Amino acid sequence: MSEENGSETVEIFIMGKKYEVPKGLTIMKAMEYSGYQYIRGVGCRGGFCGACATIYRLEGDYKLHTDLACQTTVQDGMYLTQLPFTPAGRENYDLEELEVSNNSLLDLYPELARCVSCNTCTKTCPQDLEVMDFVNEAIRGNIKEVAELSFDCIQCGLCAARCPAEIPHHHVAQLARRIYGKYQAPDSEHLEKRVEEIDAGQFDEELDELVNLSKEDLKERYENREIEA
Amino acid sequence: MREIAYYPGCSLKDTAKGFEDSAISVSKDLGIELKELPRWNCCGTVYSLTDDNLMKQVGPIRNLVRARDQGYDSLYTLCSMCDNTLKRSNRLVKKDEDKLSKINNFMDQEEDYEGEIEVKHYLELLRDELGWQEIKAKVKEPLEGIKVAPYYGCMLTRPKEIGLDDPHKPSILDELITSLGGIPVDFPYESECCGSYNTVDKKEVVLGKTQTITGGANKAGADLIITACPLCHFNLDSRQAELLEVAPSHHPVPVIYFTQLMAVAFGDIDVSGFEKHAIDPEPGLNLDNTVVSKR
Ligand code: SF4
Ligand code: SF4
Ligand code: FES
Repeated sequence: MSEENGSETVEIFIMGKKYEVPKGLTIMKAMEYSGYQYIRGVGCRGGFCGACATIYRLEGDYKLHTDLACQTTVQDGMYLTQLPFTPAGRENYDLEELEVSNNSLLDLYPELARCVSCNTCTKTCPQDLEVMDFVNEAIRGNIKEVAELSFDCIQCGLCAARCPAEIPHHHVAQLARRIYGKYQAPDSEHLEKRVEEIDAGQFDEELDELVNLSKEDLKERYENREIEA
Repeated sequence: MREIAYYPGCSLKDTAKGFEDSAISVSKDLGIELKELPRWNCCGTVYSLTDDNLMKQVGPIRNLVRARDQGYDSLYTLCSMCDNTLKRSNRLVKKDEDKLSKINNFMDQEEDYEGEIEVKHYLELLRDELGWQEIKAKVKEPLEGIKVAPYYGCMLTRPKEIGLDDPHKPSILDELITSLGGIPVDFPYESECCGSYNTVDKKEVVLGKTQTITGGANKAGADLIITACPLCHFNLDSRQAELLEVAPSHHPVPVIYFTQLMAVAFGDIDVSGFEKHAIDPEPGLNLDNTVVSKR
């Protein structure tokens, strides 16, 4: 750690090249500070979209860490790189046509059965999900449990990058949530009612009004909007 | 109620639900509560013979770690494949310190496993801890005159280091049948392999095995066959139904789990789960004129 322009800095290595960056920046800001420009591998900047997967090692630590660049602050001695995309096969299916059974997930993703329960996926997940547990639930055909355990998955793909069994966890989990949502979750009455209202044109007028506002008026509305607590 | 740590395995949560339900029910009759581990993973299904590939041992050992962390020293199984895999992995690491320490180093978020857990099959609980007298005492509907073929398959007794009985002349299922008031029939295929996972891509192998085993049981006069293995059950039951289509002269023999037989004898008929079976077990059990009439 040293001082630059009077403020504290840390030394990081981006793809092996050394940079000195102000302490307290996120990995994403530190990369931008160092002159990198994000074209891919960034989205929400708020920890929701999963686009900014990062892997890093810290000096003197054998662990390979994984996190989101927009959420993690830099540390001294961090060796990092971005992993904006993990190639992981997503099967083609038509949710409307799918025959739902306990085996639906295994049928489309038979590689699930290769899981050796090493727990690497769980240790990898920046969302702290119990990834191995949902893989096991998927093997047992418990679609609801997979959907619930994976609810906060942001599809960053880090688990799939590290799995020795080459399982595309996030795609399996997404399928489970889709099946659960479409075929198994109890219907929510208020949602159906609202859809009916929309279909009946109850909100058309308000929507048209918004669409036709000028940019300035729209901005003003946005700034003065009411936010539900 | 005595509580014991219970490892169900994947099949008992799905295709072999009737195995689990009947086991839970007869355990209650016996004053035992099966406490399922709150978290468990697949046992590995088949014990890895490349036992220097320790990655394959991590899954089974992780289950033992979880049982240990719950404060248990024994873990009970029902599925004979889970039983086999867990016992063999446990044995491997108990006798090989280097392998155990490698696995422990890999599982760096868990407390080291030191071989604290003993894996036991439910049948061992019946024979060694409760005793057949205890089982006999709970029988309400003795299986009078019913001839049952005990099918051991491979996994319960082999290899002998982890087997729960003499691999050449096992008797534990015979003793169970006798305790329930039935007649164990001696048949030559009691330890013959059912064809196992060949059922996935070499179905004809399994159809042949099924014909031999169930045909042999029929020849020996069996009304039904009992098993402790969901895969044997699938092969001998579902595949037997397919066999009937190509070999109509085959005499069908129903196949049930040993805990379902116990449930019938204990009078817990509503948990038997027979409706899922491909070959209807009720005629074999004479259920139409005995227990069923009381439903
Ligand atoms: S489950 Fe996998 S893809 Fe989903 S957030 Fe966790 S690491 Fe990312
Ligand atoms: S990383 Fe892969 S093999 Fe390991 S527990 Fe997760 S899904 Fe299973
Ligand atoms: S940019 Fe969306 S999660 Fe980081």
